[in-house]
Amino acid sequence: MIKRDLIVVGGGPAGMAAALSAHEHGVKDILLLERDQFLGGILNQCIHPGFGLTYFKEILTGPEYADRFIKKITAVKDIEVSLKTFVTQLTGKKVLTSLSPGRMDEIKAKAIIMATGCRERTREMAHIAGTRPAGIFSAGLAQKLINIEGLLPGKEVVIVGSGDIGLIMARRMALEGAHVKAVIEIQKVSKGLVRNVVQCLNDFDIPLYLSHKIIKIHGKDRVEKVDVARVDENFCEIAGSQFEIACDTVLISAGLIPENELIEMAGVVMDKKTNTPVSDKVNQTSIDGLFVCGNAYQIYDLADSVTKDSILAGKMAAEYIRGKL
Amino acid sequence: MPLIKPSPNNNTIYDVLIIGGGVVGCAIARELSKYRLTIALLEKEIELAFGVSKSNSGIIHPGTQNKFGSLKGKLCVKGNKLIRKIAKELGIDFKEVGELIVAFNDEDIEHLKDIQKEAKRFGIAKMKIVDRAWLSKNEPNLSPDIVAALYVPSAGIISPYRMTYDLAENAAKNGVEIFTDNKVLKINVLKNAQVPFEISTTQSIYRSRFVINAAGLFADEISKLVGVDDFTITPRKGQEFLLDKKRENLTNHLIFPLPSKESKGVLVIKTSDGNPMVGPTAQSVNDKEDRATDEEGLNTVLSFVKRMVPSINGHDIIAYFAGLRPVAGDDFIIRHEPKVPGFINVAGIQSPGLTAAPAIALMVVDILKNNGCRLQKKKIFNKFREKTVHLFKADRKKMKRLIKEDERYGDIVCRCEMVSRKEIEDAIDRGARTLDGIKFRTRAQAGRCHGGFCTTRILKILSEKMKVPVTALTKRGRGSIVVMGERKV
Repeated sequence: MIKRDLIVVGGGPAGMAAALSAHEHGVKDILLLERDQFLGGILNQCIHPGFGLTYFKEILTGPEYADRFIKKITAVKDIEVSLKTFVTQLTGKKVLTSLSPGRMDEIKAKAIIMATGCRERTREMAHIAGTRPAGIFSAGLAQKLINIEGLLPGKEVVIVGSGDIGLIMARRMALEGAHVKAVIEIQKVSKGLVRNVVQCLNDFDIPLYLSHKIIKIHGKDRVEKVDVARVDENFCEIAGSQFEIACDTVLISAGLIPENELIEMAGVVMDKKTNTPVSDKVNQTSIDGLFVCGNAYQIYDLADSVTKDSILAGKMAAEYIRGKL
Repeated sequence: MPLIKPSPNNNTIYDVLIIGGGVVGCAIARELSKYRLTIALLEKEIELAFGVSKSNSGIIHPGTQNKFGSLKGKLCVKGNKLIRKIAKELGIDFKEVGELIVAFNDEDIEHLKDIQKEAKRFGIAKMKIVDRAWLSKNEPNLSPDIVAALYVPSAGIISPYRMTYDLAENAAKNGVEIFTDNKVLKINVLKNAQVPFEISTTQSIYRSRFVINAAGLFADEISKLVGVDDFTITPRKGQEFLLDKKRENLTNHLIFPLPSKESKGVLVIKTSDGNPMVGPTAQSVNDKEDRATDEEGLNTVLSFVKRMVPSINGHDIIAYFAGLRPVAGDDFIIRHEPKVPGFINVAGIQSPGLTAAPAIALMVVDILKNNGCRLQKKKIFNKFREKTVHLFKADRKKMKRLIKEDERYGDIVCRCEMVSRKEIEDAIDRGARTLDGIKFRTRAQAGRCHGGFCTTRILKILSEKMKVPVTALTKRGRGSIVVMGERKV
């Protein structure tokens, strides 16, 4: 079994900030594990500006924001980065199992910081009835298809959810020549930033339907249309308000869920509703020396807040290793 | 050897042509491949198991809930026995988990006794009525309101698609030619000819001495093509809801309510891959492709299963889908049609069709024999198939060995269900052509993120291996293209 002082799981904004902070606070043996073949996490696909306003006092795109941390990490010899490395198991004794092409390792650490980010709520979790044709994507997947893979998910688009991701994807699809026919929001107001409602919808004449929901998705092979209706205070369909929108694509942007299956496996006390660890202090879990930071700890609106939270986690882990926490 | 062949433009004369690449068609194909026959199997979809079989619950029924004297009952009991051997030969995981039919009161217990009595006539062994104390010990999540249950140990679980794919793969290894994307449009029957059937499909024309109609939901339409129109298939929809693998140990057995006239009721199902499943509903519909789910279905299922297992939570549902049972009256229709010599109908194979499939195949062999098909066993029949590797099922030691042997096992593509690049590539080598085909074979995209993270990688692997652009790839064939073009520069 390999032994390390600190392992950071996840090489997105949270993991990178946590690793750098732990190093600044005196940890000399850090292993950073990242599933993907690059550091940066989801920032790599967020090519729009709006990052760094609070942390760098500058307006950066996602890849630019990530790059600042990647450069720092690469310059620090005490931080070993292991890419294409996937953690399959974590125990309460802080032993984790990781797989990478050709390798399987068991590693024990004095402290572990989980910076595993979050996943998107799916169409299934939003309980949208209907058929299951091609053309239904989570907003993040659509973003990756366009920005990383250079592919266009669809041409006539309806978006479910007006959080920031939904709004940004509405603009992104429009910029690529797709016809974004509607953004459907079940709440009375958009959950996104005001600037995003203006810049992503109003500027592109994309209609926002507040207090509405998709009742059913139609289509046998590819999406053909959706039924939409107005909802009442209890989010129930108001009779007679139903109408159709013809489309070939539905993007789902219905919220994010912290990815915490590994700490749950390790026996951390969890809040089942939010899928986050129950703790008295930020970033801590019920297992000593096991920390959680970034969107895995709680869903943040801004990458800058993720960075701030993760710097704290790095410091806490360093103190724990020195026996001071 | 590729599982699926391109359509022939040759003049092969087939001894037997099977229409339908679901579990029934594939079981028949594999059974017949033991004989010296030239066999073709046609499937209208781009991949096998994309019709009725894809939505099967994966339960191997013991046969307790069928009428004595029915074909369903007889073939189910026989199939339950046969499937164990087939699973071993083909390397398919079969688990005998047992089932509990639960009772809430004394009246229910009387009903259980009737079921037990009826089932004994079929020769179903080792059943017993278990009491509250037994249930508390062996099935702790069961509702305290359940007072007793009929325990039937011979019930089991299997993956319905893997069973279909593996039967087909073994049939192909033994010479059966499988053609997908071949929808049958017309069947010419030449009276008194040596080779009476001329089958036109969307791709080609096939000639055969015998035709077996295992076309599932469309068996009535195929039968009509040769003038036999005395049955209709009515689709009966079943909505199923799949729970997160985290809830694998929700129950230790399959949990059944007392059956109704219409169906076996809404169940708590264990599946071969670990995720529990709840359902199905039973609604007759008109459209043979209506696989839509609805809010009502979800609510119905949840209310039924929560009565049996109260801790089931809507939050744990990660996927849902609907399947259609091909119903043609009360029983299976398996018969030679004397009006059209050489034409055999295998229709109305709804539940317990998966269990019965191997027994149906044997029955079809007998029907062929009795109707002039010369059956001579092959000298060499390759009955074994190398077991497909699933990383998530491997223990630590095996995982380590696999990764050492082939580094691609250490390259995880689907993180929720832990599926490696090697498994995805294997699936393609074994015939997967679409995102759904990959999903059914490997479980990649079937977990809690529903492909949010892995879809792009799977598309790339499919594109590389099949040597087609990503823009040509589909979710499940036909018009189900995944992306609609390339980005402007």
